[in-house]
Amino acid sequence: MKSNNNIWLNLDWLTVFLYLTLVFLGWLNIYAAVYNEEHQSMLDMGQKYGKQLIWIIAGIIIAIMVFTVDSKFYAAFAYPIYAVTIILNIAVLFLGKEVNGARGWFEFGNVALQPEELGKFATNLALAKCISQFDFKIQKMRSYLILFSLIALPAILIIMQNDTGSALVFAVFVFVFYREGLNGMVLFWGFAAAALFILALLLNEFQLLLFLLIISIAAYGVLRQSLKEALIGFTSIMGTLGVLWLVDSIFHLGGTPLQLLLITLTISAILVIVYAILRRIPQVWRILLFFIFAIGISMSVNYFYKQILAPHQRDRIDQVLGIKIDKLGRGYNVNQSKIAVGSGGFLGKGFLEGTQTKYNFVPEQSTDFIFCTVGEEWGFLGSTVVVGLFLWLLIRLITLAERQRSQFSRIYGYGVACILFFHIAINISMTIGLAPVIGIPLPFFSYGGSSLWAFTVLLFIFLRFDATRTENLR
Amino acid sequence: MDVYSKRKYLVIGLFSLSAMIIVLRLFYIQVVDSSYKISADNNVLRREVNYPARGVIYDRNGKLLVFNQAAYDVLIIPREVKPFDTLGFCSIVGVDKKELVNEIIKAKSYSRYKPSPVIKQLSSQTYAVLQEQLFKYPGFYIQARTLRQYPAKIAAHVLGYVGEVDQKIIDGNKYYENGDYIGRSGIEKAYEDELRGVKGISYKMVDVHQMVKGSFEQGRMDTAAMIGKNLISTLNADLQSYGEQLLSGKVGSIVAIEPETGEILVLASSPSFDPGLFVGRERSKNYMKLLNDPFKPMLNRAITSSYPPGSTFKIANALIGLEDGVLQTVRFSCSGPASTPIVCTHNHETPLGLISAIRESCNSFFWQAFRAEMNHFPTPSEGLNAFRNSLLEMGIGKRIGGDLYAETSGNVPSLAYYDKIYGAGGWNSMTIRSLSIGQGELLLTPLQLSNMVALIANRGYYIAPHLVRSIQNYDLTQDTLQFEKHTIAAGVENYEMIVEGMEQVVEQGTARASAKVDSLIICGKTGTIQNPHGEAHSAFVAFAPKIKPKIAIAVYIENGVWGARYAAPIASLIIEKYLKGRISSRRKQFEDAMFNSDLISTMKNESGD
Repeated sequence: MKSNNNIWLNLDWLTVFLYLTLVFLGWLNIYAAVYNEEHQSMLDMGQKYGKQLIWIIAGIIIAIMVFTVDSKFYAAFAYPIYAVTIILNIAVLFLGKEVNGARGWFEFGNVALQPEELGKFATNLALAKCISQFDFKIQKMRSYLILFSLIALPAILIIMQNDTGSALVFAVFVFVFYREGLNGMVLFWGFAAAALFILALLLNEFQLLLFLLIISIAAYGVLRQSLKEALIGFTSIMGTLGVLWLVDSIFHLGGTPLQLLLITLTISAILVIVYAILRRIPQVWRILLFFIFAIGISMSVNYFYKQILAPHQRDRIDQVLGIKIDKLGRGYNVNQSKIAVGSGGFLGKGFLEGTQTKYNFVPEQSTDFIFCTVGEEWGFLGSTVVVGLFLWLLIRLITLAERQRSQFSRIYGYGVACILFFHIAINISMTIGLAPVIGIPLPFFSYGGSSLWAFTVLLFIFLRFDATRTENLR
Repeated sequence: MDVYSKRKYLVIGLFSLSAMIIVLRLFYIQVVDSSYKISADNNVLRREVNYPARGVIYDRNGKLLVFNQAAYDVLIIPREVKPFDTLGFCSIVGVDKKELVNEIIKAKSYSRYKPSPVIKQLSSQTYAVLQEQLFKYPGFYIQARTLRQYPAKIAAHVLGYVGEVDQKIIDGNKYYENGDYIGRSGIEKAYEDELRGVKGISYKMVDVHQMVKGSFEQGRMDTAAMIGKNLISTLNADLQSYGEQLLSGKVGSIVAIEPETGEILVLASSPSFDPGLFVGRERSKNYMKLLNDPFKPMLNRAITSSYPPGSTFKIANALIGLEDGVLQTVRFSCSGPASTPIVCTHNHETPLGLISAIRESCNSFFWQAFRAEMNHFPTPSEGLNAFRNSLLEMGIGKRIGGDLYAETSGNVPSLAYYDKIYGAGGWNSMTIRSLSIGQGELLLTPLQLSNMVALIANRGYYIAPHLVRSIQNYDLTQDTLQFEKHTIAAGVENYEMIVEGMEQVVEQGTARASAKVDSLIICGKTGTIQNPHGEAHSAFVAFAPKIKPKIAIAVYIENGVWGARYAAPIASLIIEKYLKGRISSRRKQFEDAMFNSDLISTMKNESGD
């Protein structure tokens, strides 16, 4: 029984402490969110906080169970677990029950379970297993395809369950791949695409083209390490544009600014290509490639935005970007949530003293918008402490992941950290109007057994790996 | 060894950067930008309902029947209620603590966020005191309302009453919400849409102290209240009041119509009640008391009780026979008490024609007349169908269709009914002869009886009897209501035969002692209806004067012994009062007898034995 003792000794108690603290704080906030004078008992099982207490206790029992299972089991059964999860997620499409418009729940008497919650840890295990194989080289195209499929399969099934928000979580694995050697350019292009997406929505075509032009010239300057060339390029293009504009206005040709810019760009592009061939400047090709890619992205944004996104999803993005202001319609939740958080001030109104959250101004108060209660009752100070605790936990998880002997458990650890990060960052951001409203819970805080248990399982499997980190898992 | 291990810094950096952005944003909205705090203070939107005054109801001469008085409901929003001085509060509003606590519990179970009434219909005086103290009671609000007041305490059944909406109404009509009032019966119900007006709703921004900070969205979402429209009723308040007095102590009803217009002058049902009982704090107690009364005072017998019409029905029978052309010249013989199959209790000449038969209410004549009417058609079935259709045309056996809420249809047995009892072809006119004298399965409401007389009085048409003659608009113009006119063209000379018979009833026939009024020609018909459960019912129908009739009336007194005993005096007194303005000294004895007779106590004693 020596080894059994070892795992308890080697358990990272700091993480456990952070976990318990966050769960406890979450529970206090659920209590505050649904608190009213009639149901003061903290143990009232008819109320959400009473139920949440049961979920928490069950969660701790699950944590212990998960923790005591041998690490080798998870490594060995990574693929079967993934397979079963996929099957369950397919089955729920046909056998599940609809809750809030999402068909993703199995019902067993009083208990409802969401198989999509299994998706995160099962996919994480499968990815860890896949990447840690001897012969796996992440830079190969074939590897990209395999990893992409492993992520896409559960994500698509979850989208089919009508829970797009939760499916987006799977994008976060890109950081895990990056840590394992994914070409940094992929990450760069990913960010560039995201930034372009937002810009394409905010700017009109003329502004967007102009912006891309300036970025390209700047990039050229950096790559050639020549401010002079960049400035010459910039002035000549602007000069051409100016001349065109002058000609247009003198002869009343009626060209729009966009048309003038397009003509300028075509002329410049031909000149630049000729110049590049004559002077043999390889950097130009890269810049041109980026420019074309950028235009392609921004043009497809419109299509994606209008054709693929549902109206409510479009609205949520519009709200965040400030394109649309509609405080009583789609923007109601976020506006009320911002008011609740903002009214907390520096020190907050005090535990159970919040008024905004009590009057049911903020919908989904105890689930997706639980952070409002933190903001209102505990103020900036309390909110910062909670954000700090989350960050501490995330950094702790990265630290633990880095000390793993086997790549398998390191990948898994990164996965846990990244999944938690995505949930925390997006959930808090959406309550304070930094991100569109995506219905995903705040880990350990939000009301609900399914998500609490899912995060607990995710975390404690990794803590088990960490407790036996000297083992070589594959 | 691990070439990419430095990449952890980028991941950690990303995490930290995100956390930093979030914290900066929190700092901005929580500490720097004060607009969110102001928003929070303004956040509590209060929806205020402005209840319009309900329309008032006048009688035909402009006398008020129903008007409004201001009253105040106390509402609470349970979520906002803080512990308060209950005893002080109770002593102001005059309720006991237990009642108040009960109401608060009820309000909480309805909603913690929406206002519910806890104390209803405070007087203006109490309101004034409470208003000053209200700041001590957070979560309590006052809602102004109007209460119905009945200056004359008459026509309870006609006017109906207003009551709070129940869940069924709320579910069925989105206009109404918890605590609203709605007409529950009578004119209040039939003309609910006109009387209620339109609620106004305004949204007010209030701060945490519930102080109104202004309109929401500059009042763009507010709607203005529109007061209810006033109604001019057809009732004659004085005559109605007189009729109710005459009915006192008896179970029965009076319906008097102005024949030319179908306007109802009197519609009284006894026993009745003070309509004011349904207003105010004692409302539900009074309601239960009335509900449990064995004589059912809330029942409007004049339009909902169906009775066998007895001999009054001979008028309709005669009209059908004349329409068919079989009664104009015939004479039928009568053997008096020895007649078969229906005895005749009256002594008179024989054989006799239609006019004499009406005067003498001769049963023998009318069953033979009925047989002749039926034999006019090839088969009894066709005969009955024709007979029944004629009655339906007269508004008998169906709802006449004026504006009376809860009018019932009475009953004229159909072909299918008799086929079911006797088998198809198993019956003939003699099997169903009791129809001829208004007995058996035939049932009419007093309203239908009076309408039947109006038809005779008009010599050939009636206008669906109604209670409201016009609706007063906001600019005080009036919309006169139109009601359906039904014509039954049976030839004026035929009507005149019936009128002649009815005149003789009062002048020299069955009602000569009880209904004759000096210098006034009243045309009437008595009815004495055999009642297997007790004393016979007393019925009388009449119109007057004979030329250009101004009033058609039906009176039906349950257990009134015989037609001339109660119904005829009551009807003739009302006619006399209406047309002469006063009761002649010769007839004061009838008036006194009617005022003082008390059949109800007798019935109570009997049932007590």
